[in-house]
Amino acid sequence: MIEIKGIRKSFGDLEVLKGLDLNIEKGDVVAILGPSGSGKTTLLRCLNFLEKADEGTMIFDGQEFDMHSASRKTIHEIRIKTSFVFQQFNLFSNKTVLENVTLGLTVARKMDKHKAEEIGKNLLDKVGLSDKYEAYPNQLSGGQQQRVGIARALATDPEIIYFDEPTSALDPELIGEVLAVIKELADEGMTMLVVTHEMNFAKHVSKKVIFMDEGNIIASMPTEQFFNEQKNERIRNFIKSIEHKGEQK
Amino acid sequence: MKIINLLTDSFLKILLPGIRVTIPLTVISFSLAMVIGILVAFVQFANIRVLKQLARFYIWVIRGTPLLIQLFVVFYGLPSVGVIIDPFPAAVIVFSINEGAYSAETIRGALEAVPKGQIEAGYCSGLNFVQIMWHIVLPQALRMAFPSLANALIAMVKSTSLAANITVMEMFMVTQQIVARTYEALALYLELAFIYLMFSTVLTRLQTYLEKRMNTRGA
Repeated sequence: MIEIKGIRKSFGDLEVLKGLDLNIEKGDVVAILGPSGSGKTTLLRCLNFLEKADEGTMIFDGQEFDMHSASRKTIHEIRIKTSFVFQQFNLFSNKTVLENVTLGLTVARKMDKHKAEEIGKNLLDKVGLSDKYEAYPNQLSGGQQQRVGIARALATDPEIIYFDEPTSALDPELIGEVLAVIKELADEGMTMLVVTHEMNFAKHVSKKVIFMDEGNIIASMPTEQFFNEQKNERIRNFIKSIEHKGEQK
Repeated sequence: MKIINLLTDSFLKILLPGIRVTIPLTVISFSLAMVIGILVAFVQFANIRVLKQLARFYIWVIRGTPLLIQLFVVFYGLPSVGVIIDPFPAAVIVFSINEGAYSAETIRGALEAVPKGQIEAGYCSGLNFVQIMWHIVLPQALRMAFPSLANALIAMVKSTSLAANITVMEMFMVTQQIVARTYEALALYLELAFIYLMFSTVLTRLQTYLEKRMNTRGA
């Protein structure tokens, strides 16, 4: 469904993505793991053009184009087909929860307001926020805000959702409620690319794991194999250190 | 007793031009200033090349020169190049252009204070730049800028007294004329000050009320 070839990105002298390739099939649930500064978030942001890659080719639904010189129109078309869930939620703070979810429908896609609200309410029910339609984001807990973020991402019926460390800004006791929603989506067959530090999530929900280090993908394999037959010392140590941290919590 | 009679007689005589001139002058000028301020702030926020430089130039000149001199340039200066403007419209032009420069800076600061992540989220929801500005950034920015803008409005009510210098028949001008007849400068000017205080008080109360109302919803 999405194929990336030779994506590069530098910030000044710092090369963050060093020409990597990526292939995502429909229905894939891919966890991207790796130490801080390995380029995971930048990769995700480049896929949705929140950062402009210096080089790289993207093939999206059979359409091929250069990622550096993509036109505004192409970028818009890609964004219409994709959704993004942010680490810091980034809900529109002047809009109610329901408006947050429907804005992409009523404004960007000119959908009838009642129809959009129906879709919005269904999705908010799905993420367990049926009593919060009219609340404002600052009246919600972090976990609730992120669930609104996920409902907003779902509203536009995307082909793929990108998650950028969706639970990193949450208190430990709120992580579960957000992961449960993402797991439900995985079970329904939603295509997702998830940058995460949650080993449990990677282990039990994702079907594929990509491991990044210093701007390269150094492993990309089915989840089972990644955790149980890991031959790479560097990765084994990384998994151990994270799991150890997890136990301390 | 004479002084009390004078004050009660003059009260309406001063208040009337306040209602007929000071208030419309303030309301029209401030509304235009808001339009100018939003446009000039927007041009800078969106980084539109030539317009941004023009905006910086406009703000630099207007904020760097006295309001009184701007009034004189437009009303007494422009006729020598064939541009003759009546006192009231001349005052409206100067007050709106002057306040526009200040509020442009206030609004620009507020636009930049809206978290960038919300703009990114807007793009990811498929909105374009103008839609993001209209639905997400501008409403939040205006809410943040509101206390400063309310300040500016109160300041403008008082600044309109400068229009007396270009023959606008507003409250200060009328008071001066009564003083010229009666020589009761202290009492009459204090009365005028009191009327300005009334106007400002109403606006201050209105500001408090509106801020409270805005704070009950959203951030």
